[in-house]
Amino acid sequence: MSITVAVTGMNARADNPGPGLAIARCLKESATSTRVVGLGYEALDPALYHRGFVDRGYLLPYPSHGEDALLARIIELHEREKFEVLIPCLDAEMQSFARLAPTLLGMGIRTFVPNSHQLALRSKDRLPELAKEIGVASPKTQAIYQANFFHNCKTEDWQYPLMVKGLFYDAKMAYNADEAVAAFHRIAGEWGVPVLAQSWIGGEEINLAGVGDGEGGLAGAVMMKKRALTDKGKGWAGISIHDEELLAAAHRFCAVTKWRGGLELEMLRDTQGGLHLIEINPRFPAWIYLSAGVGCNLPELLVRLALGQKLLPTAPTPAGVLFIRYAEEAIVSLADFENITVWGETLRTEGAFA
Amino acid sequence: MKNILLATKRLALSESGFVFDPVSGQSFSVNDTGLVILRLAQHQDDIEQLTEQLLEQFDASSVEIKRDVQDFIHRLQGFLK
Repeated sequence: MSITVAVTGMNARADNPGPGLAIARCLKESATSTRVVGLGYEALDPALYHRGFVDRGYLLPYPSHGEDALLARIIELHEREKFEVLIPCLDAEMQSFARLAPTLLGMGIRTFVPNSHQLALRSKDRLPELAKEIGVASPKTQAIYQANFFHNCKTEDWQYPLMVKGLFYDAKMAYNADEAVAAFHRIAGEWGVPVLAQSWIGGEEINLAGVGDGEGGLAGAVMMKKRALTDKGKGWAGISIHDEELLAAAHRFCAVTKWRGGLELEMLRDTQGGLHLIEINPRFPAWIYLSAGVGCNLPELLVRLALGQKLLPTAPTPAGVLFIRYAEEAIVSLADFENITVWGETLRTEGAFA
Repeated sequence: MKNILLATKRLALSESGFVFDPVSGQSFSVNDTGLVILRLAQHQDDIEQLTEQLLEQFDASSVEIKRDVQDFIHRLQGFLK
């Protein structure tokens, strides 16, 4: 048996990669023979050309073109590629795919994504409410629409340093009002308002990637501590860990939200040992290949859930397995580059790693 | 102090002195003496008894050993959050 799975997030940029290439790599190592169709947004999305993991690459219209354009393109690609499952994995596209999921299912494309309500529950500006429900602490968070806030916030019991975050992406630690205002304008310019202010808590960040089964259960999980960061604070190396408290929080999150699909919990253990919820990403993280590395291939689990297969409980994953990221150059023929630029698809046979 | 002794039980120790904490993800190295202390601590909940066991293996006074063990465990605290 062989299946075709479409995966987004082909922007495998070295310092801040989308998760698509890592998901494709996991799928290529799954028990089921899988043809992977990569869906990118830019001709320079490197994973589109990585034939070892992505069999064919296509471009999607930018999210700003709207859901009708996205759906029309997926219908066109589905007629050619007949993908059984589609895994979206970029924050900015999750709401669109959540809304399109019933239509896609009607066409025979299964997604295993949270619905719009579930996505809203874990939105960064509602994090403290959710943290309370799942029984963990969380830093004070406030949606900010005016940069003036950062000059006056000390009167509202805020202290520097604090974090300035985009609703979807980006975060910057600000040590004073000037830095915070600069971060506000940069993030608002790129991602719009509101921008979030979050109080800063010192400690060690730990992360969990998992799959919610949509019925209140956590189908599988892998935990990781970052060991090296890029300039943007993204994990460049990490090591698998086993933290019962973190795992229990993930179980409670799935039970409370009936989460359906991939997820990443970002938590912080403070110097007193307390656990704080920093962020919940509604999709797999870029480090998801570690899940295959520790024998709990989470993208494979998600595909099996999407196909309606019953899963056996997964075994605890071993602690002490490292990942160390590296960057490599994709060599792309002019013909391949021309094809994706003009026609929005890679050539059938050529590619960097054919 | 008791919590740190308890936390040593979860540590993965290698012959080379390389130590990995599966909960925090931290790794560090200890010398031969540190390795002896950690191995004993993994089977011991009481610092007095740990000191007595070390007295049998090292040519030092009880006071010296107890001070060194306390210093060592205090340093461990930074790695076993």
